[in-house]
Amino acid sequence: MTVRVQQEPFDATAETEALTRGRTDIGGVVTFTGLVRGDVDGRPLVSLTLEHYPGMTEAELGRIEAEARGRFDLVDCLVVHRSGELTPGEGIVLVVTLSRHRQAAFEAAQFLMDFLKTRAPFWKKETFADGDGHWVDARDGDSHAEARWRGALATQK
Amino acid sequence: MSSGTMTIGGVSATVRAEQRVTVRYFAWVRERVGRAEEQITVPASVATVGELARWLATRGPEYAEAFRRADVVRAALDQVHVKPSAPLAGVREVAFFPPVTGG
Repeated sequence: MTVRVQQEPFDATAETEALTRGRTDIGGVVTFTGLVRGDVDGRPLVSLTLEHYPGMTEAELGRIEAEARGRFDLVDCLVVHRSGELTPGEGIVLVVTLSRHRQAAFEAAQFLMDFLKTRAPFWKKETFADGDGHWVDARDGDSHAEARWRGALATQK
Repeated sequence: MSSGTMTIGGVSATVRAEQRVTVRYFAWVRERVGRAEEQITVPASVATVGELARWLATRGPEYAEAFRRADVVRAALDQVHVKPSAPLAGVREVAFFPPVTGG
């Protein structure tokens, strides 16, 4: 169970290989990679800069990951989030979930992404060709996705 | 934070030891304030993080602009998300930032 914030690109295949090597207790692995899109509503993007809150980011990702482990029957999981300046096509975030049966891995990956988007202290700034910079607004859809899990939690209890 | 009672000229008043906190700003809140962090002494009239935001907004035009959309600015105390009503007592680090947009 690992969370990491780094400026360097990540290698999803190598990360997955490191998590599964020599193990025979894992029945399913789900990997999710978030990428930088090259345009915003058709306007070409030059770069995306990710600012974060060192210290709190790691703590918050750790809390989200602990919540996922409590909810789903995971063998292991990994969250890698990048910071700094990224260009279109680069990976921003990697979530890898491993479980004995596939459903836990699928659901945990979605849960981790939904919570990460609404709680991990990262802020995206878009830079366009004319030099214009713009902080990305939070999307209502992201908090609705998170709230869905809270509703599910309340129903289960 | 400690508190005590003292008597001045027969009038009893509760005094609080000075609380120093590190305030950190992120994203457009940081850009508008014009700094990433600062040390401040919490005024005696300020008890919650919401009250601190309102007090900071009175410190100058750059702060007023940063906290103009007070309902949008989020806060963390000692690196944990909190609501505006969260008390500052015992806190060492306060952070103000826009809604997060990671992932």
